[in-house]
Amino acid sequence: MSCDGSSPRPLSLPLDRTLLTQLQAGEACLLSGPLYTLRDAGHARLLDEMGAGPLPYGLEGQAIFYAGPTPELDDRPFGAIGPTTASRMDFAAPLLYDRGLAATVGKGVRSEAVRDACVRNGAVYFVTVGGAAAYLAKCVTATRTIGYDDLGTEALRRIEVRDLPVFVGIDARGNDLYEIARREGGSAHRG
Amino acid sequence: MARTITADEVSRVVRENLGRLAWDLPADVQQALQEARAAETGPRGRRALDLLLANARTARDERMPLCQDTGTVWCCLEAGPDVAVAGDALAGVDEAVAAVYTGERLRKSLVADALSDRSNTGDNTPAFTELRLVERPGARLHLMLKGGGSDNASRVAMLPPSAGRQGVIDTVLACVSEKAANACPPLIVGVGVGATFDKVASLAKHALMRPVGSPAADPAAAALEGELLDAVNATGIGPAALGGRTTALAVHLETAPCHIAALPVAVNMGCSALRRGTYEL
Repeated sequence: MSCDGSSPRPLSLPLDRTLLTQLQAGEACLLSGPLYTLRDAGHARLLDEMGAGPLPYGLEGQAIFYAGPTPELDDRPFGAIGPTTASRMDFAAPLLYDRGLAATVGKGVRSEAVRDACVRNGAVYFVTVGGAAAYLAKCVTATRTIGYDDLGTEALRRIEVRDLPVFVGIDARGNDLYEIARREGGSAHRG
Repeated sequence: MARTITADEVSRVVRENLGRLAWDLPADVQQALQEARAAETGPRGRRALDLLLANARTARDERMPLCQDTGTVWCCLEAGPDVAVAGDALAGVDEAVAAVYTGERLRKSLVADALSDRSNTGDNTPAFTELRLVERPGARLHLMLKGGGSDNASRVAMLPPSAGRQGVIDTVLACVSEKAANACPPLIVGVGVGATFDKVASLAKHALMRPVGSPAADPAAAALEGELLDAVNATGIGPAALGGRTTALAVHLETAPCHIAALPVAVNMGCSALRRGTYEL
């Protein structure tokens, strides 16, 4: 186990709930298994469709990757894929965590409400590196659109990833990687 | 008689160069990332920079987009006094953009209307075009694929003149501090100071066209660029906001005259995959 990104911890998806609560903000991990891609317009639609009911599309216990890939090519089965800004999904994330979503994957700082939802539900937020979509596409082994096809890149997809490099952004105790990183980065700069 | 820049010529340059921008990281950005990697001490920051450099290699080798957000297309025709510009010189840009985005399988990220119709236009049009008449002879086309995350992290502030130089510094640092993590650092921070409300953002955007780390022509602006870069990097936000020495590869600042009542400041964030190029016509 490493909290500095030097030797990442392999994690299988869907995530084991007990293991999930042991993850620490800042820890580097490699995700393998199914992930669901969804972003702005898809979240609005998911909330409408869900209403007061349970998570649809088998999302309970799963992880949503905030991403809209580029289209496939004949000789390139998976498009470039990477994280979009997670805070735009803050309007939906607490409710989705409360209904059983285990994790989200994106980039950038989240709201207090998201952090509270992680603590309340023993859930996490992972971050990955933006602007590395050709490299991250290498981690995708399968993809299938399962909803909202008319939204194009914003459709709901189930993808399979192998060793997707992420960091724990917010852990189940509410610790935040960006706060830790900034503290350490600032002292490194001064040092 | 002055040479005339036609729609065909502009359209051809867009078709020939736009696709490449999506997968070929500009050499100056690549160089700056390599230098940042050599200087980085934080393990997470190093890992992020390794990933970005590996990404640039993979993208180039496989003609795969550097970033899934292949952006809005900005297309600025800059014409000097020795050329004439046909009134419809930019009329073929959308068709060229649609052809490139469809042919190269780039992501279509445009909706028809921000307010009333957020359905995807399906071909990444319209492009955002600009005609700029300048003193420099000849004509050239600036192209940029601008990602949504970095543009969202940008801002315009209308400061009182009394805020002065310190006000500019505070505005840039506040923007970086609040938004850098969303903008995919290490950043190229474009800063505009002066002009009017609408023009100051354009100054900041044009500043992103300069080679990474090249100083502003005006010595006072260049001095402020250095000071701002130090202050931005002292935040410790670092590569991918994972902590480290390099939050920005460069700060580019452009200034202009302005009203006696005004001190307009704009910050346009350029991400680590700053995809832009200038092509002589």
